Amino acid sequence: MKRLALILFLSATAHAESRLETVRATKQLRWGIDPQGGAPYAFQDPVDPNHLIGFEVEIATALAHQLGVTAHPVAGPWAQLLPLLARGDFDIAMNGIEATTEKGRICTFTRAYYTAPQRLTVRRGDGRAPRTLEQLRGRRIGTLPSSLAEFLLRRAGAEVRTYDGGQDDIYRDLGLGRTDGVLLDEPATLYYGAIDPALEMLPGDFGEIRYAIAVPRGDEALKRVLDDALAELGKNGTLGAIYRRWGLWNPATATLIGDPEFHTPGVAESYETWRIAVGKVPPFWQRLVHRYPGFLLLFARGAALTLLVSLTAMALAIVLGALLALARTFGPRPLAWAANVYIEFIRGTPLVVQLIMIYFGLPEWGIELNPFTAGCLALGLNYASTEAENYRAGLASVPLGQHEAAATLGLSRLQTLRFVVAPQALRVAIPPVTNDFIALLKDSSLVALVTMTELNKTYMNLASSTRDHLGLGLIVSLYYLAIGLPFSQLARYAEARLGRHLRKGVR
Amino acid sequence: MIRVERLTKRFGAHTVIAEVSFAVETGQLVALLGPSGSGKSTLLRCLCGLERFDEGSVAIQGGRAGLVFQSHELFPHLSALDNCTLAPMRVSGLRRRDAAQRALGLLRQLGLESHAHAFPDRLSGGQRQRVAIARALAMEPKVLLYDEPTSALDRALRREVVATLSDVRKTGVTQLVVTHDPWLARFADAVMVFDSGRIVEQGSPDLVLVRPQHATTQRLIEQQDAQ
Repeated sequence: MKRLALILFLSATAHAESRLETVRATKQLRWGIDPQGGAPYAFQDPVDPNHLIGFEVEIATALAHQLGVTAHPVAGPWAQLLPLLARGDFDIAMNGIEATTEKGRICTFTRAYYTAPQRLTVRRGDGRAPRTLEQLRGRRIGTLPSSLAEFLLRRAGAEVRTYDGGQDDIYRDLGLGRTDGVLLDEPATLYYGAIDPALEMLPGDFGEIRYAIAVPRGDEALKRVLDDALAELGKNGTLGAIYRRWGLWNPATATLIGDPEFHTPGVAESYETWRIAVGKVPPFWQRLVHRYPGFLLLFARGAALTLLVSLTAMALAIVLGALLALARTFGPRPLAWAANVYIEFIRGTPLVVQLIMIYFGLPEWGIELNPFTAGCLALGLNYASTEAENYRAGLASVPLGQHEAAATLGLSRLQTLRFVVAPQALRVAIPPVTNDFIALLKDSSLVALVTMTELNKTYMNLASSTRDHLGLGLIVSLYYLAIGLPFSQLARYAEARLGRHLRKGVR
Repeated sequence: MIRVERLTKRFGAHTVIAEVSFAVETGQLVALLGPSGSGKSTLLRCLCGLERFDEGSVAIQGGRAGLVFQSHELFPHLSALDNCTLAPMRVSGLRRRDAAQRALGLLRQLGLESHAHAFPDRLSGGQRQRVAIARALAMEPKVLLYDEPTSALDRALRREVVATLSDVRKTGVTQLVVTHDPWLARFADAVMVFDSGRIVEQGSPDLVLVRPQHATTQRLIEQQDAQ
């Protein structure tokens, strides 16, 4: 089954012309990244989060310059970068992606631009800490999902814990004693493990990783151009300088890229800047006064997207839900049955599966939706099923006698529905519908899967680049409340207004 | 005028109404008296089109009969006035002002002018019933049917119902009242006693209620006297 999907997937992409033409025509190199992956790859500057910084940002800029175009970052979740690349959401993916043969089946890799060992980090002074590959057996070790480290850990018989958040979470759990060690690529270890004095980065080499740029599978033209550009940037010392600045330079990489200044030790200024910015999180009130005001605009932008997606999806859910409820309650049998099947199917399968199917699956049938449309469609189609149930309960709450009274007065079925049944049903349906909107508001964070940096993703990215989870968590919660509360109030008002005929209004 | 001929209604193998025929002349008030479970409510539902019947025919002057439900079935989200204007506006196509004028006239006639803007929930049982009558009359039916209008009402309110029925009679509307209450039947022009899907006895109330011939009638009167 998996194989069949893969074959279809490959045949769909095989005919595509080279992305190089698009890059040259638009003068833009769109590169896929996940800012949540954090330092030192491509992340939001903790000092000024409106800027994306990182050694890969500098490489992308240099590459684009070499090609005579500009680099344009597109954010997506790290684990989805290769599917997004295949789908055509960007031209290349470069975000600490290991060039493994397994990944080589779904994309084509350029030559490697960086190599480093995997490093094991443990708690300083932990006498029972694992220190060799053999000692990892049965121990609880954290790492990133679908990474080379995960593969090595499983082979070594470790109890693997994978994290979808950022690397910061992985080291935090180690510090808190929830895991016995962390195995990750050296760059991540340097930026999240080594800066914590309570943690110890072990010197041993647990396997070597090589980062390469992923291009759409079979796009040899783009690969060749990038290979040449990387080789040039290596020979003229650009790459070496970037690695030195970020404290990432190592002899193996120097050999790999043919760095001319092999023996010059660099000054890792960017690393030091990072260490000072996030090494010790300042007290909350200080962050509140000095740091958070600068973040508000970013959060507001995320909140606006969240609100827009939620409102659009809810509008769709309400209209479709009403049609489904009517079909189910009053429709002819085949229609009622079809509505039933839809509701049960949608309600019984996870929203995230539906979103992935719509965004990554439908292109197989030639239906390519943009992220906003796909996100709203998935949320709307999903919530339509719950809305339908709300309305059905509302319709069922109106006694049969009301229908009969309307009929003896000569009202048609449609008039009965519109003037007699619907107003009464609506009042009953308002509280659950409001609940659903609040739930949808929160579920809308899933659209981050299809490259939309909404409110939650904004938080995750910032938390990862500033190592501040609690304070920013409070800020993002306030934003969610600020969006949701007016709707709760509005619903309460509407319910009271529709229920003003009741002796004791529910207030 | 109501004309029913050989009306038969079955629920599966069970015959609820068996070849019933009767006629009510224009402007008359007739009581259909019967114990509960006799099929009289089903007969009423057949007359106003809420229930299909298997054989026979029903003719209602003016086409559609108005119905006053036992539970009133007022629209709870609409005021008394709006209850009475909804159908005239939506079905007969009256303008709001004309519909309101007609409804207010009926409410005034039934002593409800001060409650025109009250929601049904704020009205007493008797008031609700009169709003239900006004709502039915607002469609200007030639025939008005009542389902147990005095059930669950105390003596004073039952008198009110009788007064209302007499008021409506003055407008020339033909009325058929389904009831198990011999006291109410006394005020009708004619009484039909109904049991087990048939009319077992009929005539003027002076005859049927004073000298009942059939066991069903006798039992109903005894039950009333026992209360």
